[in-house]
Amino acid sequence: MKIKNIAVAGTLESNDIYVQVEPNENGINLELESIVYSQFGEEIERTVREVLHDFDVKNITIRLKDRGAVECAIRARVETALKRAKGVDE
Amino acid sequence: MRRSMLFMPGNNAGMLLNADALGADSIILDLEDAVSPEEKDSARILVRNALKYLNYNNCEVIIRINSIDTKYWKKDLDEIIPLKPNLIMPPKVSCAHDVQVIADYILSIENEHKIENETAIIPLIETSLGVENAFEIAKSNKRVKAIFLGGEDLTADLRCKRTKKGDEIMYSRGRMVIAARAANIDVYDTPFTDVEDEEGLKLDCEFAKGLGFTGKAVISPRHVMCVNEVFSPSKRDIEYAYEVMEIIKVAKEQGKGAISLHGKMIDAPIVERARQTIEMAEAMGGVI
Repeated sequence: MKIKNIAVAGTLESNDIYVQVEPNENGINLELESIVYSQFGEEIERTVREVLHDFDVKNITIRLKDRGAVECAIRARVETALKRAKGVDE
Repeated sequence: MRRSMLFMPGNNAGMLLNADALGADSIILDLEDAVSPEEKDSARILVRNALKYLNYNNCEVIIRINSIDTKYWKKDLDEIIPLKPNLIMPPKVSCAHDVQVIADYILSIENEHKIENETAIIPLIETSLGVENAFEIAKSNKRVKAIFLGGEDLTADLRCKRTKKGDEIMYSRGRMVIAARAANIDVYDTPFTDVEDEEGLKLDCEFAKGLGFTGKAVISPRHVMCVNEVFSPSKRDIEYAYEVMEIIKVAKEQGKGAISLHGKMIDAPIVERARQTIEMAEAMGGVI
């Protein structure tokens, strides 16, 4: 999947994660802020990279602000942002 | 056993996380009114992931999709049906054909994914035409396990004011109960929308139960306990039901055609109510 547009998904509410993606031609640039970074930072990043892999995304800048989201919410919000960035309308 | 059905907004990650821990017999993950048009895509992806990764072992899961006059409903089903939810709740169902269209589409997805599980349907009836066609809707397809009255949209369609007392939906409530019982399925009452008024909630629940409703939808976790209590048989009801079944057994052994209990004749409807009470008590695990 090629990232064509800037797109966002999620919220800054508790138990959610806010995701912003934008085009990038130089691989995967992942920036993560999390209220539980010290405990779960690596796990969150691994989950995000799995979703990027599932959607065959090789070039992207992805910024995440995590408010304690569980895995299913992280996966959902990243997937939503990717689909929105692909330019597919509702 | 389904007494309470708790609405949860489909795009709220935090509320979905603990949805099955709030005591409701069913949770309704809402993709319709609780989700803005801009977030429909986000909500259905979140609900799909919630179904996949959160077990929801403690309750039944119902998904309220968008109505068939929108561009969203097929996408909702495409995402959700492969995860085998217990029930789909289509809103604004007005005739049997609406149900058939939805059931056919569900079947096509199940076939595509080689799913043998049959997701059931609980049509949300909230238009005057829907109320008029309630029996046809209830009988329209074997997937229909219950019907549910939506009072808010209905009163808008009736062009009247929605009141706490509910006189404006009295006819519709009665009609829904008759339709469902005639079709031998369950029937659920509209939510009581004043979250703060616990006494009003109790009266509304008791009224609905008195009409014959199986249970009631709720919009707040605070209402779950009251609905569960009102729509459960009381300890006295259960004890009486066992007494009825025991005296009927004795009557049969003695070859008696008629028998009384506490001075009252025990006839077939009383035995049937006793059987239903015991069935529900057993479903509750004997908890009163």
